[in-house]
Amino acid sequence: MPSNPRTQEASGRHLSVGAFSRTLLDTFKATVLTSSLSSTLIGLQWAAANMRRFLRPGHDPARERLKRDLFQFNKTVEHGFPHQPSALGYSPSLRILAIGTRSGAVKLYGAPGVEFMGLHRENNAVVQIHFLPGQCKLATLLDDNSLHLWSLKVRDGVSELQEDESFTLRGPPGAAPSATQITVVLPHSCQELLYLGTESGNVFVVQLPSFRVLEDQTISSDAVLQGLPEEARQRRVFEMVEALQEHPRDSSQILIGYSRGLVIIWDLQRSRVLCHFLSSQQLENVSWQRDGRLIVTCHSDGSHCQWPVSSDTQQPEPLRSSMPYGPFPCKAITKIFWLTTKKGLPFTIFQGGMPRASYGDRHCISVFHNSQQTAFDFTSRVIDFTVLAEVDPSAAFDNPYALVVLAEEELVVIDLQTAGWPQVQPPYLASLHCSAITCSHHVSNIPLKLWERIIAAGSRQNAHFSAMKWPIDGGTTLAPPPPQRDLLLTGHEDGTVRFWDASGVCLRLLFRLSTVRVFLTDTDASESLNAQGEEEWPPLRKVGSFDPYSDDPRLGIQKIFLCKYSGYLAVAGTAGQVLVLELNDEAAEHTVEEVEVDLLQDQEGYRWKGHERLAARSGAVCFEPGFQPFVLVQCQPPAVVTSLALHSEWRLVAFGTSHGFGLFDHHQRRQVFVKCTLHPSDQLALEGPLSRVKSLKKSLRQSFRRMRHSRVSSRKCRPAGAPGEMQTAGITKAERTGLQNMELAPVQRKIEARSAEDSFTGFVRTLYFADTYLRDSSRHCPSLWAGTNGGTVYAFSLRVPPAERRMDEPVWAEQAKEIQLMHRAPVVGILVLDGHSVPLPEPLEVAHDLSKSPDMQGSHQLLVVSEEQFKVFTLPKVSAKLKLKLTALEGSRVRRVGVAHFGSCRVEDYGEHHLAVLTNLGDIQVVSLPLLKPQVRYSCIRREDVSGIASCVFTKYGQGFYLISPSEFERFSLSTKWLVEPRCLVDSSKTRNHSCPSNGNSMGPEKAVGRARNSGSQSDGEEKKPGPVMEHALLNDERVLKEIQSTLEGDRGYGAS
Amino acid sequence: MNRGHRHGAGSGCLGTMEVKSKFGAEFRRFSLERSKPGKFEEFYGLLQHVHKIPNVDVLVGYADIHGDLLPINNDDNYHKAVSTANPLLRIFIQKKEEADYSAFGTDTLIKKKNVLTNVLRPDNHRKKPHIVISMPQDFRPVSSIIDVDILPETHRRVRLYKYGTEKPLGFYIRDGSSVRVTPHGLEKVPGIFISRLVPGGLAQSTGLLAVNDEVLEVNGIEVSGKSLDQVTDMMIANSRNLIITVRPANQRNNVVRNSRTSGSSGQSTDNSLLSYSQQVEPSFEPEDEDSEEDDIIIEDNGVPQQIPKAVPDAESLESLTQIELSFESEQNGFIPSNDVSLAPIASGTNTEFEARAADQKLLEEDGTIITL
Repeated sequence: MPSNPRTQEASGRHLSVGAFSRTLLDTFKATVLTSSLSSTLIGLQWAAANMRRFLRPGHDPARERLKRDLFQFNKTVEHGFPHQPSALGYSPSLRILAIGTRSGAVKLYGAPGVEFMGLHRENNAVVQIHFLPGQCKLATLLDDNSLHLWSLKVRDGVSELQEDESFTLRGPPGAAPSATQITVVLPHSCQELLYLGTESGNVFVVQLPSFRVLEDQTISSDAVLQGLPEEARQRRVFEMVEALQEHPRDSSQILIGYSRGLVIIWDLQRSRVLCHFLSSQQLENVSWQRDGRLIVTCHSDGSHCQWPVSSDTQQPEPLRSSMPYGPFPCKAITKIFWLTTKKGLPFTIFQGGMPRASYGDRHCISVFHNSQQTAFDFTSRVIDFTVLAEVDPSAAFDNPYALVVLAEEELVVIDLQTAGWPQVQPPYLASLHCSAITCSHHVSNIPLKLWERIIAAGSRQNAHFSAMKWPIDGGTTLAPPPPQRDLLLTGHEDGTVRFWDASGVCLRLLFRLSTVRVFLTDTDASESLNAQGEEEWPPLRKVGSFDPYSDDPRLGIQKIFLCKYSGYLAVAGTAGQVLVLELNDEAAEHTVEEVEVDLLQDQEGYRWKGHERLAARSGAVCFEPGFQPFVLVQCQPPAVVTSLALHSEWRLVAFGTSHGFGLFDHHQRRQVFVKCTLHPSDQLALEGPLSRVKSLKKSLRQSFRRMRHSRVSSRKCRPAGAPGEMQTAGITKAERTGLQNMELAPVQRKIEARSAEDSFTGFVRTLYFADTYLRDSSRHCPSLWAGTNGGTVYAFSLRVPPAERRMDEPVWAEQAKEIQLMHRAPVVGILVLDGHSVPLPEPLEVAHDLSKSPDMQGSHQLLVVSEEQFKVFTLPKVSAKLKLKLTALEGSRVRRVGVAHFGSCRVEDYGEHHLAVLTNLGDIQVVSLPLLKPQVRYSCIRREDVSGIASCVFTKYGQGFYLISPSEFERFSLSTKWLVEPRCLVDSSKTRNHSCPSNGNSMGPEKAVGRARNSGSQSDGEEKKPGPVMEHALLNDERVLKEIQSTLEGDRGYGAS
Repeated sequence: MNRGHRHGAGSGCLGTMEVKSKFGAEFRRFSLERSKPGKFEEFYGLLQHVHKIPNVDVLVGYADIHGDLLPINNDDNYHKAVSTANPLLRIFIQKKEEADYSAFGTDTLIKKKNVLTNVLRPDNHRKKPHIVISMPQDFRPVSSIIDVDILPETHRRVRLYKYGTEKPLGFYIRDGSSVRVTPHGLEKVPGIFISRLVPGGLAQSTGLLAVNDEVLEVNGIEVSGKSLDQVTDMMIANSRNLIITVRPANQRNNVVRNSRTSGSSGQSTDNSLLSYSQQVEPSFEPEDEDSEEDDIIIEDNGVPQQIPKAVPDAESLESLTQIELSFESEQNGFIPSNDVSLAPIASGTNTEFEARAADQKLLEEDGTIITL
């Protein structure tokens, strides 16, 4: 056996004789005691140790009760635009919009705050959504040909969306699957029947809500054939049903359109063909004029025809036929609306029909009215659209007032009543990802003054929007007004920062800040080029805000820091640019001062192989009201800014990259100091923008971009079908082969201790300002703390001149401490606790009387959070006090950490500060301050969802956001007190008797299923709150858990390390 | 001075033990309290005192029951020496500068040559320049097999000691599956396996780990149900003191129980006292021993220091026994990794060794530490 480390103790120690005997004597006493009682004592010791463990605070009943009052995990609402929408539905009577997605979600939106979410058990795309007339019910068709009936039921005064029934249409044994493949769904106004058009040409009838097939009422293509005159019978073979419509006035008649161009009107009572229309072109869709006297059909060649309806004369030819974008070959018009108005000609609104050669790749919806013609040109594929018009069937005119278009990446509503057809700004469904989100920053409890100023600045940006009241306003929200004003700031790839009102259920865009103006980019040239390039015909008009293509990836925003008290904002980006901005209510023209900061401090032998820094625009630049930049710090080398901190009281901004960090005095506009953190052997950090992985990602993105641009959608798009399948089928196939390849490669992981020579150890992960005892316990001073990827913490003591001499004397800094964590894990958080172990307040918080001033009497403590451990050190003399190991015990690493105040739901004014922690496994934990005791743990994000985990941001009051898709934030709450979730009521007086409250399960399947999907593979850990039954059942069932886990693990693909 | 030792010496009293110490040609005899040997440091001082060589660096050795000359240079082997001495503890002292290291080792005093080794290494008897593997005072553990007595024979718990960055741990792990006996019969369950050993790495050089060994625990935490990445992170987080329990792919080299015949280097006879702890607490019970993980602080004077641990207030019997306890458990290779209890870090377990390790660390890092 190798000898013990204590060997070293032996060498060269000399004890005096006296000391020697004394120590021996002492040991003697102890040893006698130990040897005689050794077994008992040791036993007791171990027992005590065990007791200590069992008596962890987790088992203290009082604390347990308190924990229940403080912590509770809920996923409350999804903000943003649904990922991969696939269907649109609208109920004119309820004034509620429904969006279905390819992952099987159904989302309902009414008045702002009225939101519902449902998830089909099947992970299939929603192909069609139809509200049942006059009821709080809707039917969905999935791409597996199943129909689902959903209803909004009122329980405890709040409506809940739940699935009632599902159904799959089955043909007789042996029939082809196409015989029952549903193509069109028509909910009949009698509220009980669904007419289902199929690929075979048959129309089936099912009775609701039981989905009983009424076989005797089936309108078979044979029966239709019988009722047709000879010549029509010969010319056409029946094909799939393309259109099904009920007569606008007479519910006993329905219109059936077949794909080969035949349209018939069917008498439901007598089961006969009333009249028929034959078109020479493939039929795409039909619109029936309000009075039932005119039918407008649209066709695959880009034409639309009008057919007068009269039973006596059969028209072989249409009354009028036109090809709006002819004469050259055009794409199909896939959906058409023909809407009458009191004044003037009817509105003709149709999708597609653009000249195939030159505009075939555009996603257009054209509106023709009188002499006005506009082709609204969308930046993403149009999924479906609808027109909001007069609901009352007896009204003489449609008088359409709004066009609602669901595009793949955004919802666009156009005001058809105001001249020029301006857009209406939606209060929800914001396209968060109009440019890819690169970072986010949350600021809680915004002072009213700043809030109003931001809104005022934002309203000027929204001047081009229509003044129309939001037309989709069904339901009433019962949620209490938000308790405080919260801002969520998102940084985007195109160099913009968006300010979102995150106080309530609706995430609303308040202000959009662009940093592009500060820089010289090549867009300036291309913009003018674009302007010239647009021709007069077709009358295209770009609409929507979705624009994923960044002109220059260097503009991307990486870090944001807003001081809510002073209105100072710091924004940092991909090319090492750091901007300091100030809120100005007026437009202003001024020069942005540019300062270059060399983070390498003239160290020799380094060569930056990455991108160049951005060129700043010289001279005065005009800025609109809002946040206006006044200082630009350019890091050299221009590596991505990895950390940022702003202290508005001291007027200092600190920034870090993979090379080092610096402190800048934005009042005197002077660099205070820089510190290079680079390890001499770290070549990778020097080479360029973060390794090859990133550049691979970039090239992938670019190739997708090319794909999108060159795509010519020659394919016919079913109006509410499952479009885009072909397009993405290619991607999924590629992904699948990629996964297969990865599985073939041996997945192995290298086990090696971290070393100082590892790459990117100098990467500055966190920066923190604190007024604390850095050097001695008698005097506190401003300080700046920085933590690196290599486990080092630097502390600089600062001297900031008093306010009256702030401009005259320089800010002075000196390195006071450097702490090297032996485990060398990246430092992700630094925090100083005051004498009462409360985190130090934010700058200016005390000055604004919003926080108690920190306790400067007792001794301060330093909390360092690395990816692996939490450690508390004393200050000013740094000695280790406490720690909590995370990785060593459970293998999870800290990804995000934030201090949050948890208020008690029971006791007013009681609250505690704790750390909210997100790990790389997607768990969220609360770790107590200052004792670092784990309080609760919840699984939140699937561990495979790397981007979701990376995007997580905590609020100061125990809530948080993370991206569940590029365009959606999930909002969650860890607090019992701060909970923002939709509570709303949708009431249709006619349907009240339908919504019978049911007992039993206290939770709608909507919620249960939603959670099941989100809660991923983790068991919910130690903390099980008395929660809804379903959730418990699901998570307690070990078999289910294991199954989920195994599928998740099976899905993982990793390359060899 | 050593009244305590003189007392009762020479008699047949059970509690004392006679010591015969030889330095050069001189012998000294004295006695020690067997049950209370004290620390090696004190013993060393005592020897220097009795031989009247207070300022001479010496190497201390003793003859064990097999007649091997073994070094005494720390508390462990000192206690070992005391506990195995029967009835006499024979001590041999050499001046450090004149020391003959080759004297130490197996069969050193009773020079009976092993026939087999002679056959295999015929030149063994020739006086070849002796390779000094290491100075005895530089002995430090690189790896060890621990908890042999409490683990199933099919398992092996290996501790790898990582000193700074001298040598890489040098192994890789992968996902795999193993067959387990369950109530439902044989079942294939996912597991983590060693996939590769880096030549020259610590793992390979110990010979205790091999490719395809299944990893069952990392520092006392079971890996079942954890992903490859989690296990990787756990191992890296514990890399300075990594204890992994494996089920060796090759089950033929397992330690066979109850065959502690050879006490040559004390590997298997060490647990005279310590098994108490295991009887009471058979499972792996980690205690906080993070000395190997001490962080470094550089104050503005630019001198790197180890970060001291904040001393807990209660200096009582409890803290004393706690030290004893941690010392004992450590002696058994019980290196706790865990501080679930989150009790304040106990002071007093620091040793010079740790400080030294930290110093080494600093030397390496001098290049990067730039102080203002």
